[in-house]
Amino acid sequence: MSKPSHNNFTVKFANVNGTGSSSANGMFMKSIFRMGIPVVGKNYFPSNIQGLPTWYEIRASEKGYLSPSGTVDIMVAMNAQTYAEDLASVEPGGYLIYDSSWPRKELMTREDVTVLGVPLARICNEKFDTARSRTLMKNTAYVGVLAALLDMDVAVIEQLLLDTFGAKKHLIDANKIALDMGFDYAKENFKCPLSFSAQTTNKTDGHIIIDGNATAALGCVFAGATVGSWYPITPSTSLMDAFSGYCQSLRKDKETEKNNYSIIQAEDELAAIGMALGAGWNGARSFTPTSGPGISLMGEFLGFGYYAEIPTVVFDVQRTGPSTGMPTRTQQCDIMACAYASHGDTKHVCLYPANPEEAFYLSTEAFNLAEQLQTPVFVLSDLDIGMNDWMVKDLEWEDGYEPKRGKVLGKEELDEMETFYRYLDVDGDGITYRTIPGRHPKGAYFTRGSGHNRLGGYTENASDYQDVVDRLLVKWETAKTLVPQPEISYSKKNKIGIISIGSCNDAIRETRDVLKKQGQALNYLRVKAFPFNDKVETFITQHEQVFVIEQNRDGQLHHMLITETNADPKKLKSLRFYNGIPIFAKDIIQQIEEEINSGKAA
Amino acid sequence: MSYIKKPKIIRENALRNKLGMTLTDYEGVMSTLCAGCGHDSITGAIIQTVFDLNIEPHRLIKLSGIGCSSKTPAYFASQSHGFNSVHGRMPSVATGAHSANSELFCIGVSGDGDTLSIGMGQFTHAIRRNLNMLYVIENNGVYGLTKGQFSASADVGSTAKKGAPNVQIPIDPCQVAISIGATFVARSFSGDKDQLVPLLKAGLMHRGFAMLDVISPCVTFNDHEGSTKSYLSTRESKREALYTDYIEPFSEIEVDYDQGSSIEVDLHEGGKVILRKAEKEFSPLNKSDSIRIIREAADEGEMLTGLLYIDENTPDFTEMENTVKKPLNEIPFGDLCPGSKTLTSLQKNYK
Repeated sequence: MSKPSHNNFTVKFANVNGTGSSSANGMFMKSIFRMGIPVVGKNYFPSNIQGLPTWYEIRASEKGYLSPSGTVDIMVAMNAQTYAEDLASVEPGGYLIYDSSWPRKELMTREDVTVLGVPLARICNEKFDTARSRTLMKNTAYVGVLAALLDMDVAVIEQLLLDTFGAKKHLIDANKIALDMGFDYAKENFKCPLSFSAQTTNKTDGHIIIDGNATAALGCVFAGATVGSWYPITPSTSLMDAFSGYCQSLRKDKETEKNNYSIIQAEDELAAIGMALGAGWNGARSFTPTSGPGISLMGEFLGFGYYAEIPTVVFDVQRTGPSTGMPTRTQQCDIMACAYASHGDTKHVCLYPANPEEAFYLSTEAFNLAEQLQTPVFVLSDLDIGMNDWMVKDLEWEDGYEPKRGKVLGKEELDEMETFYRYLDVDGDGITYRTIPGRHPKGAYFTRGSGHNRLGGYTENASDYQDVVDRLLVKWETAKTLVPQPEISYSKKNKIGIISIGSCNDAIRETRDVLKKQGQALNYLRVKAFPFNDKVETFITQHEQVFVIEQNRDGQLHHMLITETNADPKKLKSLRFYNGIPIFAKDIIQQIEEEINSGKAA
Repeated sequence: MSYIKKPKIIRENALRNKLGMTLTDYEGVMSTLCAGCGHDSITGAIIQTVFDLNIEPHRLIKLSGIGCSSKTPAYFASQSHGFNSVHGRMPSVATGAHSANSELFCIGVSGDGDTLSIGMGQFTHAIRRNLNMLYVIENNGVYGLTKGQFSASADVGSTAKKGAPNVQIPIDPCQVAISIGATFVARSFSGDKDQLVPLLKAGLMHRGFAMLDVISPCVTFNDHEGSTKSYLSTRESKREALYTDYIEPFSEIEVDYDQGSSIEVDLHEGGKVILRKAEKEFSPLNKSDSIRIIREAADEGEMLTGLLYIDENTPDFTEMENTVKKPLNEIPFGDLCPGSKTLTSLQKNYK
């Protein structure tokens, strides 16, 4: 939102999907990262395999803001179809690079944008033989152009080529040639470097670049999940792909080389959740990743899991709805659908990671909570977290970690027991004891979604039925004490606060920094779990006005704060961002300023 | 009511199996189905089966969907874990449960509505996975709990209680199962315990998906004149394609079998079946043969029963997936969690 400066700029790549641009764009981003400059990549891709426009946006930021900047300082316009809109989106004073191999009759330009033509196709056609390598190397060549314009450390890029292609010498050589051609052309024809550049620093030490589907999958591996069932759906597919990839190297039985995990590609999401529940019931840590449409299909079984009290973990990598919506765009539109999934009185424990780092930790936590509370637990990620490349702190693991398996009766306990009753609240916390099939003759019980009494028997008796559903509310209260606490930044001086959720976090961090500089400091609470605990209500009470910021049309978190807390609803002002693009500070600041200036806010 | 435990009266001289258990030990709670319901006979046959096979009750899991048939797992093996799931979705639960521990015996009980309508998708995909389970369809041609609508197995021309004939083509679970690769397909009749029990035993000891379609008349909604799934009609139309005997492991074969017309198949989980052919030029080891004779019989208005197809060689789900044999739910956490050093080193790829 401010003028670009050293290590603070946004480069956007406009490509055609299926042309291999993503590896070049990734190479550019990772080189910036290796130069020690905090960076984030946002992929705006079509629901398509080949031929449609796709954009990749890379933001370098000294302060490590990981949401989009909302501006474009350099546009690499490789797609003639979208040239006009790409040109229009460049900030005044910015640059546009295009392939000038074939002279255009009339090249659209803007007075306030410097258009740089590079004959990428021509130089690559001269140098490379095959059609495929000519297409691919054009991408590497524009990275060379950027390296010159931004004064990047070329040795870093070259090392990255070595690390990426390893023993494939022909690929290293080809990329090196293309990189040099782009670099040399820019040096000879343009004023290099620009007024802003990439300067080596050390702000990425102790960090990695990773997407949240990979970290969530790692969470499943480290939490000891053994059964994963799924049906392919964007944007959750890469979570199971990652789990499968990690398991192939980390989860082979040492003696037999067989898998000590089971990944089941189900026939649909109805089956995927059934499998996850079957495995959870039978004592395995199980999970199923999906997205909004999958949650709708799973509805009936989710209510079953709630009522029959079966642990499993459901990852909802949210995408833009309703219906098929925009499958490759992000949103936080399933907050209510997950919290109250299924018919009848149901409510579910939900966790809301803010970024890939939290997706790892909350993923492992979800397996604990599912077994402690004996219920399906949701992890609500979104496309932005799940599929975009974020810079996050190195993930850490305590080797003394013991999984919390909850109240499972073992052999000795069952030996001493006269009779085991599945739904008897012995401890008064609403959580009853369960047994695992196959382990003990006394452990048997009957699991059912039909009315059952506290002994586990079928019932249509009014008070016996109510006894069990009321006990589930006691468990819900216990859940409030077990789920992760909200993250709060509070100063008594500030009368206005923000409550938000999940991937809005980085845009809000930036918003607060900017507004604080302008003399408008705001407190902040980020809910990390449902059920909310008392701190959420207290936070609202402490403020004259609270902006509730989220990425959906209907203000779902806002609604839940009204219905699930006793705080004064008039204090809550809902701000919503739901066009499918990840939320960014520029828009939030504008809306908050409008609210404050109009006198509506305190 | 089904939560009322049946009083367990075990006579001193009651027959005991090798585990020292009586038939009563394998019973469940009181059935709430209509008096004379075919399903109760099947429940009795299942009790006999697990008793005879000396299965430790806690090593058996029993699952079902929704409907009259799906209530029955409560009525047998009360010392086994039971799972009465949602309508048409039992196969997925069985798949997950089996993945967590493939060493347990698994019996799924379903009905014609639960399998052939709402559950058709999951039924067929459990077959594709060759999930190691016994899948029993208690097939009566109607929806009982919702009072007598036709199911997808109702024959054309078969009439409802008030006389209206069914006009839609029936789905035959046996033909479907064989055509998409089921490895054990049999049909029987709830009223023929002598045939049913050996088939249940063989199905349970088969490695892979064993489907048993049991015609089980609904005394309340589908046992009238004009119904093709009444007791009378079933008795008249059924014709045994093969006589099936289940022979326990290490037991002497006492009956003389005509080598020329009988087939022996060793079962993976123990014992073997001996099939005595009633049909000439028919091999239950050949899919095309099986489907042909089922269709030919149907054209004659007959319903073929017995073990109609068997394939003991196809890998089951666990083998297909290369999963370890030991139960996943018993692997120590230390063998599942790669630990901090691995986490650190794998993150080098993301630097």
